[in-house]
Amino acid sequence: MTMAGAGKPIKAAGTGRVSDLRPVGVLSTLAIVAVAFALGALLILAIGGSPWQAYRALVVAAFGSANGFAETMVKACPLLLAGLGVTVAYRARFWNIGAEGQIYAGGIAAALAGIYLGWLPAALQMPLALVAGVVGGALWGLGPGFLRARLKVNEVITTLMLTYIVVEVSSYLVHGPLRDPTSGITISPQLARAAWLTIVLPRTRFHLGIILALVMAPLLYLALNKTVLGFQIRAVGENPRAARVAGISVERTIILAAVLSGALAGLAGAAEVCGVQHRLVEAFSPGYGYLAIAVALLGGLEPLPVVFSAVLFAALLNGADAMQRAAAVPVPVIYVIEGLVILFVAARSLKRGVGL
Amino acid sequence: MPGPSPVVALDGICKAFGPLLANDHVCFDLLPCEIHGLLGENGAGKTTLMNILYGLHRPDAGRIVLWGEEKRVESPRMAIALGIGMVHQHFLQIPTLSVLDNVVLGLPNPHEPWMDRRGARRRLAETAKTYGLQVDPEAHIWQLSIGDRQRVEILKALYRQARVLILDEPTSVLTPQEARELFAALRLFVQKGLSVIFITHNLEEAIATTDRVTVMRDGRAVATLPTTATSKAELARLMVGREVLFRLQQRTDREVAGEPVLRVERLSVMGDRGTLAVRDVSFEVRSGEIVGVAGVDGNGQSELVHALTGLRPCAAGRFWIGTAEGTHASPRAILAQGVGHIPGDLDEALIGELTVAENLALDVHYTPVLSRRGIVDREQMRRRARELIRRYDIRVPSEDTKVKALSGGNKQKVVVARELARQPKLLIAAHPTRGVDIGAEEHIRNLLLEGRKAGMAILLVSTKLDEILSLSDRILVIEKGRIMGEMQRQEADVDKIGLLMAGSEG
Repeated sequence: MTMAGAGKPIKAAGTGRVSDLRPVGVLSTLAIVAVAFALGALLILAIGGSPWQAYRALVVAAFGSANGFAETMVKACPLLLAGLGVTVAYRARFWNIGAEGQIYAGGIAAALAGIYLGWLPAALQMPLALVAGVVGGALWGLGPGFLRARLKVNEVITTLMLTYIVVEVSSYLVHGPLRDPTSGITISPQLARAAWLTIVLPRTRFHLGIILALVMAPLLYLALNKTVLGFQIRAVGENPRAARVAGISVERTIILAAVLSGALAGLAGAAEVCGVQHRLVEAFSPGYGYLAIAVALLGGLEPLPVVFSAVLFAALLNGADAMQRAAAVPVPVIYVIEGLVILFVAARSLKRGVGL
Repeated sequence: MPGPSPVVALDGICKAFGPLLANDHVCFDLLPCEIHGLLGENGAGKTTLMNILYGLHRPDAGRIVLWGEEKRVESPRMAIALGIGMVHQHFLQIPTLSVLDNVVLGLPNPHEPWMDRRGARRRLAETAKTYGLQVDPEAHIWQLSIGDRQRVEILKALYRQARVLILDEPTSVLTPQEARELFAALRLFVQKGLSVIFITHNLEEAIATTDRVTVMRDGRAVATLPTTATSKAELARLMVGREVLFRLQQRTDREVAGEPVLRVERLSVMGDRGTLAVRDVSFEVRSGEIVGVAGVDGNGQSELVHALTGLRPCAAGRFWIGTAEGTHASPRAILAQGVGHIPGDLDEALIGELTVAENLALDVHYTPVLSRRGIVDREQMRRRARELIRRYDIRVPSEDTKVKALSGGNKQKVVVARELARQPKLLIAAHPTRGVDIGAEEHIRNLLLEGRKAGMAILLVSTKLDEILSLSDRILVIEKGRIMGEMQRQEADVDKIGLLMAGSEG
């Protein structure tokens, strides 16, 4: 007879399970957001502002007009796609923190396709640019996935380092070989028109990639819960030993999860380039890939709630300026609210003994 | 009663974890300046008893008497203040800090907020000198070998002025050389007036190092003996128990077993410590027979099972399942050969966060039984789970319950159900009844006998001698990775097996 855990009354740190990162219910996610906004309100009061006015300005700016809503969704698009990518990686216990790099890899690949494949039939160009982005991101996930699965190299380090590399590569491209000679600033020439993502809401920047992102969430939900690969990702993430004993290849599963994760972030980069910038721009992602980690964790690593948290963070990004203008509450207040959300999400996982 | 009065006396300690009685009216006493071995199989209740003494668990009943006074030990902090130190199997250290910092960590500091490192270093040096434990106080923990780290852990306890030192399986992480150094140190400790409790399941160590031994089995202290008056064979017998329970279904001793299903030829397997854990082992298991592997835990059983299921590479030798060679095959390929595997460790068998249905499907979710073109048929998965739950009498609210919510017995039934559902031709069952209650134990043993009747070949690894004796057709005894003897069940008896388990030839 063995007493479960009786011999090890104190659990070593770092042995937490993926499930420890996931919330008990929707309530705790909503509670986190509510408390963060409540504390933000106190802060606004303390600096002499009106929380009601500030938050109203924020909501109106983010959702109050067709253009405001479109701009929120334009920002939600990369957050959602990269957030889904982070989700699938973390469910396999692959701590990918390089979604930012995978966004850049996808963006560069999509830009190259869009610029150089202009001779192809028009109907093929946009899909090909997106596929190029997916492949670019997937490759940026494959490397760390392979190194982790086969050589036990810590993916936290490799995904982060690969991010620096690819960000510098994109910078090199727009300063050098890919620079638009007719422009005074460091940007690439425009993508061929046929490679641009269609605008869905006229007179806004609401592009087709946003629809694509919204479709990806339920698709990923189905993939995780109904497919063999999804089953294996969840099994490996929760208990790799038992998965291995049951005949599941842990290495293969981790590599596939890493590739899938990179592919989703790569699509985020491609959508940003083909849908918003229409060219390769230096530093075209203002840290979407890092914020995506918070998006995924706030969504409890469940694809559908991740939609909510992506839109929330996008609304904060989008509404901050309007709030400053309308209510004279400085933008950093929004950063504080963002920070509080991230802090509470981290606290939620710490409370359950995960060193993350 | 003549003789010195005990420094620690535990009287009638009881402790239950759910339905499991981990300590059942245990009495134990520790004399001044003795090394007292606490011997027993995994799960016999040794660690639980010591955790109670150290304040990590509260006893449900019983008294703790320290130096003649009854005490309530409510926390490790209190135990330390009372002069009790414990060195756990897993060291509680911070690798990036120095030895000195780790030793003083958590102690009140007279010069708050400044640290009196110089004074602490002087006291540490004195302690180290008194007890002959050499460690560089400024070295970082991560730079140290396991043996040194253990020494730091002991120093931590001595620095806090422990007069009773509890060591939980201290040699399980050490090389033989380091173990010898530890034993020499323990001798010095008792000369200096300490008393030591030494938890182990290794007979040889118990004989070689202790003054007295208390043997625990199934939560009870079955005997306390002076080491000089006992023998390895006697201790082995006490550890595994004499009573063989024949409450199982009538077994028919069938004529001759069938074709060999598992053939193992001169197999050697490397253990985690870089030495051979299984040495040059040959045997076969035929269809319709149960071959029991008896032995004290940690003698190569788990490495053998892992090698035969593809989870650990074979260092030398070969094995076949039916006609297919399994020596370098992957776990999945071996399962596909018709092998069922009940791992000895529930954490290797089940995924707590997944549902009962998902756990029952872990091995077949990717096969045509449950999936088509990469899509799992969840309805079919749940139907199959309900069927298995009924057939194997698993007590769960529903097939959608998470496995972590189940009792130990029902968890193990999920494992057994999953492995038998494939109707394997070979079943490798490691400790199939470990951690389960009596009812489930009987149920699982009967299932093994049914499998045998149906022509399955079963390799049964167990540390419970009654289980081996009541189920097996043939018995192999393993000690230090070697098969010390093989016998038919009719010619087996507890004394003979006990001797072989203790490492003496025949």
